[in-house]
This record gives sequence, C-alpha cells and structure tokens, in this order.
Amino acid sequence: MGEKMNIVEAVNAALEDEMEEDEEVIAYGEDVGEDGGVFRATKGLQDKFGEDRCFSSPLAESGIAGTAIGMSLYGFRPVVEMQFSGFSYLAFHQIKEHAARFRIRSRDDYNVPLTVRAPYGGGINALEHHQESPEAFFAHAEGLHVVIPSTPQDTYSLLRKSIQMDDPVVFLEPKKIYRAFKEEVDRDKEVELEKARIVQEGDDVTLIAWGAMVPVAEDAAEEIDASIEIVDPRTIYPTDFDTIIESVEKTGRAMVLHEAPKSAGFGAEIATRIQENAILSMEAPVERVTAPDVPYPLYTLEDFYMPNKEKAVNGLERVLDF
Amino acid sequence: MVRQEVYESSVQRIEVMDTEDEDDFPQADEEELRQLYREMIISRKFDEKAFSLQRRGEVSTYAPHKGQEATQIGAMFALDDEDWMAPSFRESAAFIARGAPLDKIFQRWMGDANGQKGLDELNTLPVAIPVGTQNLHTAGIGMAMEKKNDDKAVLGFTGDGSTSQGDFHEALNFSGVYNAHSIFFVQNNQYAISMPREKQTMSDTIAQKAIAHGIEGIQVDGNDILAVIKAVNEALEKARNGEPVLIEAETYRLEDHTTSDDSTRYRDEEEVEKWKEKDPLKRFREYLKEHDVWNDELEDFGEEAEEKVDEAAEKAMDAEEPEFDELFDYVYDEMPELLQKEKEELKKEVKP
Repeated sequence: MGEKMNIVEAVNAALEDEMEEDEEVIAYGEDVGEDGGVFRATKGLQDKFGEDRCFSSPLAESGIAGTAIGMSLYGFRPVVEMQFSGFSYLAFHQIKEHAARFRIRSRDDYNVPLTVRAPYGGGINALEHHQESPEAFFAHAEGLHVVIPSTPQDTYSLLRKSIQMDDPVVFLEPKKIYRAFKEEVDRDKEVELEKARIVQEGDDVTLIAWGAMVPVAEDAAEEIDASIEIVDPRTIYPTDFDTIIESVEKTGRAMVLHEAPKSAGFGAEIATRIQENAILSMEAPVERVTAPDVPYPLYTLEDFYMPNKEKAVNGLERVLDF
Repeated sequence: MVRQEVYESSVQRIEVMDTEDEDDFPQADEEELRQLYREMIISRKFDEKAFSLQRRGEVSTYAPHKGQEATQIGAMFALDDEDWMAPSFRESAAFIARGAPLDKIFQRWMGDANGQKGLDELNTLPVAIPVGTQNLHTAGIGMAMEKKNDDKAVLGFTGDGSTSQGDFHEALNFSGVYNAHSIFFVQNNQYAISMPREKQTMSDTIAQKAIAHGIEGIQVDGNDILAVIKAVNEALEKARNGEPVLIEAETYRLEDHTTSDDSTRYRDEEEVEKWKEKDPLKRFREYLKEHDVWNDELEDFGEEAEEKVDEAAEKAMDAEEPEFDELFDYVYDEMPELLQKEKEELKKEVKP
C-alpha cells in the first residue's frame, strides 16, 4: 500500500509524479518555486525538477493563466496555481473565454491541456477574499472541467487525471481540510473524472456534498438517527447526475450541502436535475444548506456564515420531517 | 540630499521610403517586392469585397483593414514559416500573407468557424476578439520557445486601444522576465473605435511602454512596408535570442471600425484625406516605379486580384453549412455524457 498523506501532500505527490512521467508538465504561479507555494503544495518541486519546470511567476493572475494558455498551445502541459480562489477572477476571462474556447474556435486544431489549481473555501479565519467558493462560476463557463476532491486519495488520483486531460481543468482544493487528516494513498489507483463517489450508503436521505463539506456531512449523518447516503460529485461539472438521481430514487429525499451562497449556487442545478428526473420518487422537496446570499464576511462573523454540522443536521431533520 | 538620474531611455523610429538611402534594401529582391505588392492588392480587394458582402447580407459584421496592408503584409513577410503568429481581429491581410486560403478567411467572416480550420499548419492562431487578451498567448508561446530552446519567434498583433489593457502589460512583463521569443506588434491605427490615440494614453509613443517592462520598444512608419520589414527582421533576430520586442507601427484605419460603425461621428474628412495621401499601396507603387521594379503585369494585376477574390467569395458562399453536431463536437476532447444527452435532446427538437 501507499504512504500516508494529507490532502496538500497528495497535491504535491501528484504534481511530482506527473512531472516525473511527462517532461511537458510544468508548474508555476505566485511563490510556487523556491517557497513551494503559500500552502507548500509545490514544495520541493523546484529542487527536484529545476527552475525551468517549477518557478515563481510575477504577481498577475491573468498573466499566469494567459501565458499558460500560450505555453499549452506550444505543447506544454502547465499546472498553474492561483494563490487563493478569491483572486482567480482576475484570470477568469483567460480561463473562460480562451482556455475553454480554443478547441471549438479552431475546430479541434488547438487544445489547451491546462490545469488551474486553486485552494478554495472558508472556515479558516483568513483575510477578506481568502475564503471564497467560486465553483459555480467555473461550472457555468462551458468547456471546462471543474474538479473538487475531498480526500487525499481522490486529490492524488483526480489531480493526475486532470493534468493528463487534453482539456482545461479548474482544480479547486478544499484548504480547510488540507491538513485535517491523513490516509493511505495508493499511487497506482486510478479514479475516473466525472464519476461521483458514494461516501457512505444509506436509505433515508441522499446528502450531496463536496470539498470540505464532505466531513461535515459525515458528522451530521452520524449524529442524526436516520440512514444517510452521502454522494460526493468529485467533478462539479460535467456532473455525474446519474449517480445522484439513482440515489434519490432509492432514498426519496435529497439535501445539498455547500459553502457557496444559495442563489445560483451549484446546489440549485443539482436540485433542479433531481426534480426533473426523480420527482415521482420524491417524498420531500430538495433541501439546501448553504451560505447565505451575502459576501463572505471578515472572520469574526464566519461561524454564522459557514454551513456546519448543526445546520446540516437541521436540514436533514427538515427533509426527513416534511 | 542626493538627487540623481537613475534611468534614461529613448525611442527610435524607422523609416525607409523617401529617405536618402531608400534604394539600399537588401531584405527583399525585386520579385519579392512585386509579390508584396500583389499581396497588398489582393488584401485591398478582399477588404472591398467583404464590405460589399456585408452590405448584401452575406456577412453580418466585418472589420476592415484598409490602410493597414503594409503593417500586416510586411510583418508576415519577415516571419519564417516556422515562426508563429497570433492575430487580433483585424488581420485579414496578415492571414492572406501567411498563406491562409482566401475562401476560408471569407468563411470565418460569414460566421462559420470552419474557416479557421487548418491554421495550425501555418503556425497561426485563430482570431482573438477580446481586445488585448491575446498578448498573453503571444507571451506564453514565446516563453515556451525559450524553454524548448527553439530558434523561433512568435509575432502577435495588437492595437493602440489594447495598450490600455492589463493583459497587454502583463504580457510585456512576463515576456521580459522569461526571455520570451515574442514580438508584440502594435498596429497604431490612431483609433480604438471612436477613441483617438492621443486620448487613449498620455504616452508620447506606444513604443515607450516597453521601457517600463525592461524590453525593447521601437516605432516604425507602418505605412512604409519596407520600414515594417526592416523593423520586424531586426526584432526577429532579438526575439529568437530571447529578447522580446514591442513594435509600434504607426498607420491609419481608412475605413470605419467595423461595418456597424460610422466614423464620421468622431473624425473629420480632412484628417482621413490627409492619411489617404499616405496610403501604403500608393506609396509602395510609387517606390516600385521609381526603382524600375514596376512592370505591366503589376499594372494589370488589379483585375486578376479581383477575380481571385470573387472566386474565393463564391467558394465560401457555396461551402457546406456546418452541421448540427459541430455545435457540440469540439467543446471537449471527449464529449461528456451530460453533453451527449443534451445534444440528443436538442437534436430531436430542432430536427437538423
């Protein structure tokens, strides 16, 4: 079996192994080189592969994404880091309007095998702009893959797959649980993108959660006196709705738990797909436990803002008692 | 207190035509000069044709390049086939000079992305419409060339308006930091739609914007095709060696911004007439005549060019319409199940 790793170590291991196997894989971003990134996700890579393949870039998110597109067009397979997902909006134009469109614009002549990594999510007492959950923005930028792991094994396997993809991928890493726990990571294990993971099986409610909300979902499921099936989509978009719908057909009830604000959050899409496809199996409307529709607050207020175990339990009770 | 100069710089301008040694031009032989003129005529005829196709409803919107033939064709002449080109959106003349088939260029203006198919064989990118954003691709390609130790360069077109964009500056900065093999070729055509150059920026020249990024900037008379060739040749030598260059080619957009624009709202006829005197075709024709390169074939070439352009337009109009499947086919490398389902559902509904 493999070695024990936490999520951020799994990011590092996936990068290391991909760079080892494919010399076109390069890693860059702010402080990514000597410093190993502010979360140390790229620690040691510059020492191992040299400054040519792992380097710190000027402080410009659009510049990082845009030059990585150019390098992709010329044959590289860049993995770039947005230091925090809250700063990725500066690169949003390049990612949405260029990375995601080159293939269709050129009728398959050019592609952009780019992976944009970004730590995302809240609950870590950080500064303003350091705690956002932007997955719905990227999911709405057609042509991208939006991937969010929730375990070290998934992080390792999904990141390797993302780098190998000939399409652009936005890979959002749940920084609250970067170092929360370790597990054995099997470096030979392949995980399919676009395939949801059944975290635990259950019969009464389907609870859909991703990233740092998966452990919250597990805690809530343990506390409540009902049998909860937890589904982690792993790829937010293109979504494996089949697994979710199949589960809801079995349980008859569903709840989505996410950190992003409620309106037009990705939970809205999931709820809609469930009612479009499984309404005759349903005993209750889809419940959503999310952040409210307000900007992420400075951290003295974040405990009110963030979904947590108590809110998740309350949500499960509402959907069970309907 | 000490106060002293810590930096000094200046910007040079290149002109060839109408200078004392204008006949000393080893960069092109006589036949190449004639071929440049032919390409300029074809490009001019293409522009006129596209304009009339728009008026007839065959093209929805067209961005004319009239007046900018010397910048685009001169720059492409200097480039080697193995170099790369990254266009903005007004570069039909550059596409022509790069060897893209005329009918394909029309096809793209007629709303069919298949007109851009095959550009990879010419090391040429498809058009980039969001102003200035393509400069980062020019920078990235140049960075990649340096990393691979390739003896090549990439030339990216951009405009005077785009020099206000953040992406333009980030591109120059990254290029300098990483010794990118990149040439940023600004076609300063004096207007960004209605915004005149002197209100776009307080910089005296656009070329000087390179200085702040630690790379070389140079200005060139963009209506003097020989000056453009000379400037790009010099820049190529540097760029292939990891020294990026910003070229500002001063020219003029003789037509409206696009067929949806009315430039009489923001510039007077006197100004346009003044620039017509500096029309790059007119100037080059006079140069060729003065230096006995002109011949009867060139005299008559206008007609031949028109025929070529008309044929290409017909071919583009007769091209098969893109198929329904293409709406979905090129979004991903492998179509996700989600899209496969959506495609089937839509297909049932629209019955292509």
